[in-house]
Amino acid sequence: MIAAKVAVHALALTPAAILAWQIREEFLTGSGGLGADPIAEIEHRLGLWALRLLLITLAITPLRQLSGQAVLLRFRRMLGLYAFFYASAHLAAYLLLDLKGYWTQIFEEIAKRPYITVGFLAWLLLIPLALTSTQGMMRRLGRLWGKLHRLIYAIAVLAVLHFWWLVKSDIREPLLYAAILAALLAWRLYKRVADTRNRAHPAAARSPKPL
Amino acid sequence: MSLRQVLNIPASEITDEAVYRDRRRLLTALALAPALGLSGCAEAEAPPPPAAKPVSPEQAKAGFRTDEVLTRFEDITSYNNFYEFGTDKGDPSAAAKTLRTSPWTVAVGGACAKPGKLSLEDLIKGLTPQERIYRLRCVEGWSMVIPWLGVPLADVLKRFEPTSKAKYVAFTTLADRKQMPGIAYDSIDWPYREGLRIDEAMHPLTLLATGLYGKSLPQQNGAPLRLVVPWKYGFKSIKSIIAITFVEKMPVTSWNQLQPSEYGFFSNVNPNVDHPRWSQKTERRIAGTGSKLFADRIATRLYNGYADQVAGLYTGMNLKTWF
Repeated sequence: MIAAKVAVHALALTPAAILAWQIREEFLTGSGGLGADPIAEIEHRLGLWALRLLLITLAITPLRQLSGQAVLLRFRRMLGLYAFFYASAHLAAYLLLDLKGYWTQIFEEIAKRPYITVGFLAWLLLIPLALTSTQGMMRRLGRLWGKLHRLIYAIAVLAVLHFWWLVKSDIREPLLYAAILAALLAWRLYKRVADTRNRAHPAAARSPKPL
Repeated sequence: MSLRQVLNIPASEITDEAVYRDRRRLLTALALAPALGLSGCAEAEAPPPPAAKPVSPEQAKAGFRTDEVLTRFEDITSYNNFYEFGTDKGDPSAAAKTLRTSPWTVAVGGACAKPGKLSLEDLIKGLTPQERIYRLRCVEGWSMVIPWLGVPLADVLKRFEPTSKAKYVAFTTLADRKQMPGIAYDSIDWPYREGLRIDEAMHPLTLLATGLYGKSLPQQNGAPLRLVVPWKYGFKSIKSIIAITFVEKMPVTSWNQLQPSEYGFFSNVNPNVDHPRWSQKTERRIAGTGSKLFADRIATRLYNGYADQVAGLYTGMNLKTWF
């Protein structure tokens, strides 16, 4: 278990490590493989990994239900926290590197640019989830904890929208993430309907699967 | 960067601004001092670029050149919006080598006395290219400083004797599925089209570029012939032109057609008129040889800093309506 956790930590940190190395090269030599506009590349890559980790986190529940591997749940919290980590780094890059010298523009950007509004909102909503991710908070909040953490669905939708709205004409990449998110949410809806029906008509229920 | 990548870069591609300037001085010195016996060294170099007409001090004042720090050749040629070769900025430099730039013909027609289909060589015959150093501002909020090589568009257009009906000039980019892999995807209604009002087209700043950094234009930058309109957002500067048509009505332009609420026909650089999705007040300047990580944003200027030269073209126009 410990080995598996170490492996997941290492995998989740790999994009950040590669980026950190390239930023170091960029800083030292002026060309670190980040292209002509390194700031845009850093922002884009951090944002993309935030979104990917968000979707991977959301994939844990369906994967557990389909595979019956309850052990998967043990990785959900750390993956969610890594999504928050990349989203925060993405925002930090925007503020510290991109808007450097024009800090005040941030308020105008958040207020006036729909794609920044939804992106910022997604990050804000991640904060309570990150803060209540401990065992202690889970115990203290009880049933409320589950309700609160359903915010993740809204966050994922906002994150995809944030990506969608910033492309100029080629929507293929955001469309891919939107499709994955749609499939993950559709599975939950299907599960819910099926479970309700099974409870209403126990006789019609299929033979229970060991979970 | 691996050793192999380093070895594969042609010497011409690692020229930064200082070296570029020094090479110019060196070539001049060599031309002036053949008796010193240094010509042998010159032969070892790549053939010198076609002699460009120097910019006079008056022309420099008229905006033909800026002393701002140049963008590196490798950045200008690796960061391109040229959707015919893909929508990622790295796609054109990777895929555009398949574009055949010679022979190249340009069809000029519409409201003019002498329409014709000409080879590129005939189109610009007798016109001496000039090096113009212009700022280029992309609608996405980044900018470059580029030493173009080209001829004034007006000099070319006048040869076709446009009639009084020629109120606008329409341009078309090549759209060849075989040479341009991006055409397979309908990101734009191909072929890419752009246009200018005739007075904008005839303005002395408007350039038909055939090269940059003293060399032929690379494919990803719109070889062999592209427009450069320095006071407008980059997408107005149409690439790889195959047709120029004088028309009476405002022509259809690709980005305007795709999203009229976001991309106007004029698309003059204007910090006071925001793009609906992103601010146009400031820009990231991609220039210099050092790290661009901690470079400050700079304020965007009205008409990209060419207001003295072009503001008169838009007197009395509401720039919020006619963005």
